[in-house]
Amino acid sequence: MFDSVFIGLEQVFQLQNLTFLFFGVFMGIIFGALPGLTATMGLALLVPFTFTMAPSTGLIMLAGIYVGAMYGDSIPAILINTPGTPAAIATTFDGFPLSQKGMAQHGLVAAAFSSSYGSLTANVVLALAAPPLAIASLMFGPPEYFWLAIFGLTIISTISSGSIFKDLLAGTLGLMLSTIGMAPIGGDVRLTFGFTDLQGGVALIVALIGFFCLPEILNSVIGQRKRTYTAVTVKPSFKVIREVIVDLFKQPVLMLRSSAIGTVIGFAPGAGGNIASMVSYNEAARWDKHPEEFGKGTIKGVAASEAANSAMAPGSLIPLLTLGIPGSPPAAVILGALMLHGLRPGAELFTTHADITFSFIMGLLVAAFLVTIIGSFGSFFFARIINIPSRFLAPGILFMTVLGSYAIRNSMLDVWIMFVFGIIGYISSKLKFHPAPIVLGLILGPFAEEGLVQSMLAGKASGSVVGYMVFRPISLVLISMCVLSALWPVFASWRAKKRQALVVEGGAND
Amino acid sequence: MKNMTHLFILFLGTLIFAVPSVFAKYPNRPITYQVPFNPGGQTDVEARRQQPRLEKILGEKVMVQYKPGGGGSIGWTNLIKQRPNGYFMSGINIPHIILQPLARGNAGYETEQLKPVAFFQATPIGLAVMKNSKFKTLEDLVAYAKKNPGAITCGGSGTWSGHHIAYLQFQKAAGIKMTYIPFKGASPSVAAFLGRHVTTLWGNSNNLFQHREKIRVLAYGTEKPFAPMPNVPTFKSKGYNILASIDRGVAVPPRTPASVIKTLEKAFLSISRDPEVRRQMLADGFIPLEMDSQQAAAYIKSKVVEWAPVVKEFKK
Repeated sequence: MFDSVFIGLEQVFQLQNLTFLFFGVFMGIIFGALPGLTATMGLALLVPFTFTMAPSTGLIMLAGIYVGAMYGDSIPAILINTPGTPAAIATTFDGFPLSQKGMAQHGLVAAAFSSSYGSLTANVVLALAAPPLAIASLMFGPPEYFWLAIFGLTIISTISSGSIFKDLLAGTLGLMLSTIGMAPIGGDVRLTFGFTDLQGGVALIVALIGFFCLPEILNSVIGQRKRTYTAVTVKPSFKVIREVIVDLFKQPVLMLRSSAIGTVIGFAPGAGGNIASMVSYNEAARWDKHPEEFGKGTIKGVAASEAANSAMAPGSLIPLLTLGIPGSPPAAVILGALMLHGLRPGAELFTTHADITFSFIMGLLVAAFLVTIIGSFGSFFFARIINIPSRFLAPGILFMTVLGSYAIRNSMLDVWIMFVFGIIGYISSKLKFHPAPIVLGLILGPFAEEGLVQSMLAGKASGSVVGYMVFRPISLVLISMCVLSALWPVFASWRAKKRQALVVEGGAND
Repeated sequence: MKNMTHLFILFLGTLIFAVPSVFAKYPNRPITYQVPFNPGGQTDVEARRQQPRLEKILGEKVMVQYKPGGGGSIGWTNLIKQRPNGYFMSGINIPHIILQPLARGNAGYETEQLKPVAFFQATPIGLAVMKNSKFKTLEDLVAYAKKNPGAITCGGSGTWSGHHIAYLQFQKAAGIKMTYIPFKGASPSVAAFLGRHVTTLWGNSNNLFQHREKIRVLAYGTEKPFAPMPNVPTFKSKGYNILASIDRGVAVPPRTPASVIKTLEKAFLSISRDPEVRRQMLADGFIPLEMDSQQAAAYIKSKVVEWAPVVKEFKK
């Protein structure tokens, strides 16, 4: 195997391949950063160019795009509260507050470094243990997806706006929005109000732009006529880069846990980066010594989200390369590219075609380093974007949101939906609703519904629905995690009270 | 003033180039090839395989455009709204284009509105179990299902899809009851099957072929044995009159001139005949087709007649 690793590295470091890798990472960052353009689309657009290349060169370039996009989506998330792809939704929770504090560069560097970290960790796992993990990935069936979705929904309690009633209401709205379109089971068309285009449901990115980005634009122009998008201007410096990286090195548990969560959710076929980043963010906030810092702008929040969604990319390739089952939509495009080059997933890829496969894996690895380099230097340029006066920046962003909403499915209806959501988002932010539970519901609704109905059908056939849904190893773990997560706020407040009591007691003894 | 002169020259120039193009031979500008599914799916792979070859034959750029959603219906609704001039075409799939309007009432388009140009690929549907399953033959499965109605679970892609309708037809023909569990697409259903979350799988030939080492295909819905796996029996040879496959082709909007369809048809059929394309398709577990526009229209009609009563019977 080590031979293959070296051959792979040798391939990547050929000048021509390195150039294509750099180009891929660069294009990936752009596709990731523009809301509405996704890693999937970037890959699909560039796949035809790989036809004329040697398979390893083509795959190395695709590796660059995938890794680059997983970082790129954090840039708008941090700067303008708009995740470039749904996978960066949790990056906005702390990224944008950082920008508002004038620490945009901190956020950008943290995102780049943790992206690389997550990607590297998952890559090592991919190179060393793909075949056994692929078999483990098959243990995720309908009940597991259902419980994973329920666990995901408990995150609502972490990103709370202060009122659990409002959060639950927002979460329910999200779940209801997720039922628009074709029913996953039964194929009925639901809640389309006569618009045939709504058969495809609400596109996630359109909802993200509407609920996260548009309210910020409106906030920056309505009433206050603020001169700049954020109150504080950014002054990028090399010192920040060093500080952030050193700080993150002091958080090994956070980084490893986030990468592990990303890898595992990545190799479960079906769940994607958006779930990975949110679960990871939630766990980071839960186990941190200062959970109160989360949501108010901490690089730890950005790191948790980005490490996880970048680890998801190599993770999603585990079932792809070994079983031919893509773990994410971009992985599906890579599958198409492999097939067109005559490479069939399976054991063959790691034996007969090991050279090409490891060129690809090493491409992913080296791309991860490029992300830190490009991200660190790029932060000087990107961070200054929000220093542009609002009267230029706001229309510019507005233009991009329209373009992005249209581009995702070439649909004008999506643009109107984006505007409607934007107005709802603006009004609800004035009423102190957090938009995250809405989007959470929208993301997790289909998983929960599909998993539940499939489990019930299969359970009924096996004789016991409860037996099929509960008594399975991963299900049991996930159920206990749901219960713990739901009870956590109670425990946390009890612990806080006890601490307070101790402090009071200690004070009395003085 | 100078500016005005420039503008006028520009205007004249535009006219000179624009006017003859109306009468010029088709095609003389880029053609959009719509994929009504997500990138990376088989429809996309086929479009990408054809794209450079189409450009070579037609002498114009071919641009692939994605319009996913609703199992293809959003793309096909978009297709029928396009100008019928041959510069917009879309991938079409049987049975999707037939079953959606039948099952949904208003899918946004009607089957007859899609003018087929050609069908170039068939993907037979088969019924499979894992290799170590106690069902060695289709007879074993039927016998067990007769004794235990509803106990056998079948994974498949989607409701009112090729897999679902094959399942309904087989149940009726064999007089048995099983439980169909729809998944969102072929990949998730294959994953659930390999992970043993369902007992059997209604799968596409390429997926079944890919995993042939681990699974046993009990029967294929083909007329003749499926060439890459000749030892697997057909439903017909077992006495069940079931022909099930997913056929990929391309269509243009209604009222597209016959001459335009002819040009496109010729291009697609010559790609289908390309030995390299045939070799690649067979190696991946597909059957290359060379069905022209007229045959395609007749084939669609025959399938509508076959499936309309099935949908009517099972749609409550």
